[in-house]
Amino acid sequence: MLQVLRLFADYLSQYFKTRLAYRADFFVELVSNLLFELTNLVFILVVFQHVSFLHGWTRDEIIFIYGFFLIPFALFTMFFDFWDFNERFIIRGEMDRILTRPVHHLAQVSLESISPDRIFGVFSGLLIMGYAAIRLELSFAWYDLLVFAVLVVSSVMIYGGVYTAIAAISFFSDSRTGISPMIWNIQNYGRYPVNIYNGIIRFLLTWILPFAFVGFYPSAYFLRKAEWYTYALLTPVMGIVFFALGLFVWNLGIKRYQGAGS
Amino acid sequence: MYRLYAELVRIRFLTMLAYRVNYYSGVIVYGINIGAYYFLWTAIYAGQETLAGMSVEQMTAYVAIAWMSRAFYFNNIDMEIAQDVREGKVAIEMIRPYPYLLVKAAQALGEGLFRLLFFAVPGMALVSLFLPLTFPPTAEAWGAYLLSLLLAFLINTELNLLTGVLTFFFFRNDGLMWAKRVIVDLLSGLILPISFFPGWAQAVLNWLPFQAINYFPSMIFAGAAAHRAAGEAIMLQALWAVVLLVPLTVLWRRARRNLIVQGG
Repeated sequence: MLQVLRLFADYLSQYFKTRLAYRADFFVELVSNLLFELTNLVFILVVFQHVSFLHGWTRDEIIFIYGFFLIPFALFTMFFDFWDFNERFIIRGEMDRILTRPVHHLAQVSLESISPDRIFGVFSGLLIMGYAAIRLELSFAWYDLLVFAVLVVSSVMIYGGVYTAIAAISFFSDSRTGISPMIWNIQNYGRYPVNIYNGIIRFLLTWILPFAFVGFYPSAYFLRKAEWYTYALLTPVMGIVFFALGLFVWNLGIKRYQGAGS
Repeated sequence: MYRLYAELVRIRFLTMLAYRVNYYSGVIVYGINIGAYYFLWTAIYAGQETLAGMSVEQMTAYVAIAWMSRAFYFNNIDMEIAQDVREGKVAIEMIRPYPYLLVKAAQALGEGLFRLLFFAVPGMALVSLFLPLTFPPTAEAWGAYLLSLLLAFLINTELNLLTGVLTFFFFRNDGLMWAKRVIVDLLSGLILPISFFPGWAQAVLNWLPFQAINYFPSMIFAGAAAHRAAGEAIMLQALWAVVLLVPLTVLWRRARRNLIVQGG
């Protein structure tokens, strides 16, 4: 563990060295990430110019959910950016190099694809959430900070677990699957209150690909929506279960992996 | 000369055909996107007849059409140019006896045609089973839509070439290309018809080329643009397609002079 932390620091400094070699690009990318976050906010703002409720939810509540969602999302993309895992590690054969090294393979893959600049998403999330919280005049107890931390970490674990499992699919089939963009799009469903969807999608978002636990369910706790408390409390359980599942599939894949690439 | 480009279009088309699994998952991705917006919009409309002059049926149809149009005009040639520049391949491309940017545009067309035939057409057939889509009633209306879509492709491709060529000056501009993609998706009317934006924003957007990429063809398809309005939209698109050639030509000239090969 200590070794991974030390490697983390080393990778971090290497990352900034390579990124800051092209300084202008680095800053433009920060701005465009911000723009991306704003797109969804603009969508919400524009829509609520025409309506005052979305299935009983107010504009500020929807903004709060979106703000919360951004925080685990940013942390997840920082550590589990496995978007081109198949291309980079399997097709080009980088995985063979990883496996000959003494640090845990998942930790290495995670460190090699780390993107620390995503941390800014946490700030924009906090800002958006804070804005909504003030408008809604939400009150917080001292332990809410603790609850918040636990919920965020659990959400990141859910994401991490799901994407680790998806990346691990590459060990079983070494052709391009295009499955990550698919899952990527499903997570868009999780940014809005799940009761606007039909039963099948709600079930899918809760138990199969539990992206509702990344934005909606945990936010419901802070929004004091008592009818969703059970789900909010389930978030840490789902986090542990899905991360364990992801790890299990990954390890299974490593055992099956025979090496590909040129 | 013409045969060369036809061949480039054909080869890219066939390359796309080779990645079949990618293709199937692509269809599902578009389905999921349309589905998500379908539920979102029905929730937004809940109980209201019309919003910004559109009924919920028109709205869901609009979203479906907008995504299907995107299948045709969307491409990644800016990323391809950036990669050619980074890997130094562009030096070879530039001593070849045909214009590099036109080659890229031809490849983009091959990709667009593939997605249109294997993606948008079956996708639309599938969506029309669930959503009350109304197709353009006359051959003339179809013609107007297809012409508008082709112009949308031209404008989007020009924008992509522009951001791609900027790699020559910035050496690395992933950020800019990413920003361009986000801006085009938001301001072209893909996720939100332009008529939903507040008045001042619409006034600004009228002076930008983005709505020519998606809003115009989608409105023409949905029949929401009257006969004359459709003609005006197409004229405006043609105008943008020509205007954008100016910065592209200027930048490309300077880029060729400035070329620094970084490796490869």
